[in-house]
Amino acid sequence: MNSARITNTAKSFSAPIVAGLVIFGVWQGALGLLDPDGFVLPAPIEIVAALVDNWDAVSQGARITGFVVVSGLGVGIVLGVLAALLVTRFRAANETITPLAVAINAVPIIALAPIFNNWFGLTSPRSNQAIVVALVFFPIFINTARGLTQVDRSQIELMESYAASRSRIAREVRIPNAMPYFFTALKLATSLAVIAAIVAEYFGGRQDALGPIITQSAGLTRYDTAWAAVLAGTAIGAVLYFGAVLLERLVMPWHLASRNGSHE
Amino acid sequence: MNAIEICGATKVFNRGRSNEVNALAEINLTVEPGEFITLIGPSGCGKSTLLRLIGSLIAPSSGQVQVHGKAAEQARLDRDYGMAFQTAGLFDWRTVAKNIELPLELMGWSRTKRRARSAEMLELVKLAEFAKHHPRELSGGMQQRVAIARALAFSPVLLLMDEPFGALDEMTREHMQVELLRIWEQTDTTVVFVTHSIPEAVFLSTRVVVMSARPGAIAANIAVDLDDRGVALRDDPAFFKKVTEVRTALREAEA
Repeated sequence: MNSARITNTAKSFSAPIVAGLVIFGVWQGALGLLDPDGFVLPAPIEIVAALVDNWDAVSQGARITGFVVVSGLGVGIVLGVLAALLVTRFRAANETITPLAVAINAVPIIALAPIFNNWFGLTSPRSNQAIVVALVFFPIFINTARGLTQVDRSQIELMESYAASRSRIAREVRIPNAMPYFFTALKLATSLAVIAAIVAEYFGGRQDALGPIITQSAGLTRYDTAWAAVLAGTAIGAVLYFGAVLLERLVMPWHLASRNGSHE
Repeated sequence: MNAIEICGATKVFNRGRSNEVNALAEINLTVEPGEFITLIGPSGCGKSTLLRLIGSLIAPSSGQVQVHGKAAEQARLDRDYGMAFQTAGLFDWRTVAKNIELPLELMGWSRTKRRARSAEMLELVKLAEFAKHHPRELSGGMQQRVAIARALAFSPVLLLMDEPFGALDEMTREHMQVELLRIWEQTDTTVVFVTHSIPEAVFLSTRVVVMSARPGAIAANIAVDLDDRGVALRDDPAFFKKVTEVRTALREAEA
């Protein structure tokens, strides 16, 4: 079982890597043939060169943005899961929190970035973190709450017939049932968090983060450096996404087993 | 002492509201220990509701339900019931063996005792080699057998089954009926079985309880005194006679 799982994981990772290499090859080749001005689209090799040249600034930016992303994601996940547990446990909480969360979700959160800067200070990363938290919270909350409530009715009746307590039913049925819903939201949240952090940084926060590197380099027509910073942001998103995928496989081995066909 | 004693039980859903449903009217039913009774009737006749009243999953609007001389709720708290439903209701996150061990965990059995019992139950339903598999790796019929093994694992005195074979194909269904009878004979439990298949009711039970709809009521009690419930029984004239008798009773109940 384990070797099969490793092969599967290797397969699911290798295909997109090969596809990515092909895309970069075509990109490099097409630019060589068409030869447009450098600021339209730099070649992959130039971007890598810019990354090497500006390694100190870009890696420092990635550390700062990475911290905003990871901390915001962490707080957003904790708040989202807690809110979901609360609304499924208490009816009164469901009637107050759920409509409120839906209303908050209708707010274009990213548009609040300049306002949050005013609240938390223009150069404080707190405002960027707050944007990430607000954006991550909603999908985690809604999906987890759905997973906790959309349980097979007969599974609940079965537990009741065993005279199981509410907390036991939550532990044995509701929480495991919510796992696939939670991980779907988590994977979505990883890329949302990176987008939220970088766009928020365009408006304020620490000036050595990835967002300001992108805007400042673009302003100075140093597009290869801007692209190098985008590449760093992509790396943060990719690491978090694959981290979530790995965690999902570790936490829910049954989910993988269910895809391997059945004995008919 | 009677296994089940129902006196004037009624059930009204959404009382006083516009969607009020009079699901059960004045049910009186007595079941003796070791009986295998089947509740049969048109859909909406309240047979599943009656099963849930017996199992104390819902409370009657009036009247009494007693199980082994105590209130149904007390019997549920004492874990007298094993239940199986139309959907197997297995937990995907537990292996087959761990699914069977779930009620035993809730009852505080030791790990060694649980292991021994789940192995024994898997032998009984002939799935020993699937102990470590996850439910979704099994076919529908195999999942249903696991659900029955789980219902029987703690030797409940009363087994409540709500159309457990309803989603199975005819071949599997007939096979499962034979298996269930074999298990029932080996374990001396009392069974209440809901179905809307007439041949299934006659083949399985010692008594068929025919119900009529709106509001749900008991229209007839038909004793089934057939011996040797083997495969040959399905082609026996006595079997067909009983099937006809139940069918007539159902038609009269609907008229």
